[in-house]
Amino acid sequence: MDFLITLVNGLSLGGIYAMIALGYTMVYGIAKMLNFAHGDIIMVGGYTILLFLPINPVLAIVAAIVFCVIVGIVVEKCAYKPLRGSSPLAVLITAIGVSTLLQSLAQVLFGSAPKQQMVDLGALKIGELSIGYSTIITLVCSIAVMVALNLFVKYTKTGRAMVAVSEDKGAAQLMGINVNFIIMITFAIGSALAALAGLFYFLKIQTMTTTFGALPGIKAFTAAVIGGIGSIPGAMVGGLLLGVIECIAQSIPALSPYTDAIEFSILIIILLVKPTGLLGKKRREKV
Amino acid sequence: MANKFTLTLKKALDAIRAKLSKKPEPRKTIESDFVLETESLGITFGGLKAVQNVNLKIKKNEIYGLIGPNGAGKTTVFNLLTGVYLPTDGTFYLGGEELKGLHQEQINHKGIARTFQNIRLFNNMTVVRNVMVGLQNQPEYKCSLFESLFRLPRHFKTERAMRKRAKELLEIFGLLEERNNLACNLPYGKQRKLEIARALATNPRLLLLDEPAAGMNPNETADLMDTIRLIRDKFDMTVLLIEHDLKFVSGLCDRITVLNFGTVLTEGTAQDALNHPDVIKAYIGN
Repeated sequence: MDFLITLVNGLSLGGIYAMIALGYTMVYGIAKMLNFAHGDIIMVGGYTILLFLPINPVLAIVAAIVFCVIVGIVVEKCAYKPLRGSSPLAVLITAIGVSTLLQSLAQVLFGSAPKQQMVDLGALKIGELSIGYSTIITLVCSIAVMVALNLFVKYTKTGRAMVAVSEDKGAAQLMGINVNFIIMITFAIGSALAALAGLFYFLKIQTMTTTFGALPGIKAFTAAVIGGIGSIPGAMVGGLLLGVIECIAQSIPALSPYTDAIEFSILIIILLVKPTGLLGKKRREKV
Repeated sequence: MANKFTLTLKKALDAIRAKLSKKPEPRKTIESDFVLETESLGITFGGLKAVQNVNLKIKKNEIYGLIGPNGAGKTTVFNLLTGVYLPTDGTFYLGGEELKGLHQEQINHKGIARTFQNIRLFNNMTVVRNVMVGLQNQPEYKCSLFESLFRLPRHFKTERAMRKRAKELLEIFGLLEERNNLACNLPYGKQRKLEIARALATNPRLLLLDEPAAGMNPNETADLMDTIRLIRDKFDMTVLLIEHDLKFVSGLCDRITVLNFGTVLTEGTAQDALNHPDVIKAYIGN
């Protein structure tokens, strides 16, 4: 019975990781860059929610999504677009710079002291079992978001254009696809997912700091690499897997101090066995 | 401090507003009887004059050849015409409208489509979806993201229309049977054909083919010649092609231009140009 609760908790945490990992993986697949500022978009979402929560919870969620999308697009336009076509290392350093900028900006605006806000949604009790409603909502929402994203990529023109751009940017452009617009949409979707992840992660830890997004960000990046970076289903599988592993490790007293070590060891093992990640495609150069 | 900040912000906002409200300059147009006209087109990389002083005049429904030894700058001309490179000298007109300085996708919307020397299909997409990517940017298949997201009737209508058109195109190239295979699993000759089909799907006025017969056996080459003639007649198309196979060029092209070291050696009908002493010298030496 305890194991069932651990599993549900794990899937719920995994859902959060998966939503963040989707942002990493989509941006990597389409713009071919690692957006290390993605974790800080989660933090932006978290603070927006904190700011608007006293007014109205629904408004807070909408505001967080809208604001994160705006921040995501502005960052892309100002920091990454001028560097398109330059060396990947320059873009990577810029992403780290953006990350520091966002954290420092949050520190200036909100101060460095952690802010706590208790949000208790109650718990579902079935006999002996008790699962928090926030866990259930997280799980349901993250699955809904993943299904919706899959449908979007498969069945819309924009989705098809995104796949085409990730396959061959140059050829897609010469077939009349506006690559800049597709990259903008990708950042917008990634940031909206980050805002939702920020909401659910906040419900889980209920404390807001300027480095709020760092840990889930790095875990989600691990999840994206485990699943095969660039692959959308891979990010989902990797995220859920990592969440479940984390919760199982935490529920066993002997293992709980080593939770992070276990997660990252699994990353190393998977990369040794399958360097492209679980669902990543092998690229063979044809001669 | 706060005042200074708001002032800077205001300035930035004004700059953005000015940029948004600025109307695009009307593009220069000239009187032209030609589909494509280039005017001393050229590009310099650093100090290297890769291509200079290219004057092409291509009539409607013509099949025009661009030939020359390796490194003569043929593909560079294609890259200039499709907006991959910005010309440093000269300019070019499509149907009298200047296209220099437009983005690659804008030039494609204006009516120039191309294939690549090394095949660049969307390998992990099916054959029919490859063609649909070409189709989807045309005004007649317009359907907003909102309509797609909420599955409004127009979404299904445009999807159906695009699929139908894609199938028609594939039928012409004999690829209908393979439409649900992944593009990377097609044999080489069919990948070449699919690339042409995808380019045609963008509804161009001018089709650029970069070495369409490369790596083909004599039967496939003959078949390709028929296909290109069929495209010209059926789609009312003008074709500019790069090719090394001189038999292919002399059998197919109405007129040709010979490039060497980035400059035009000669131009004219295939027979005349290929028998020109300079051309023979460039290809086989003295």
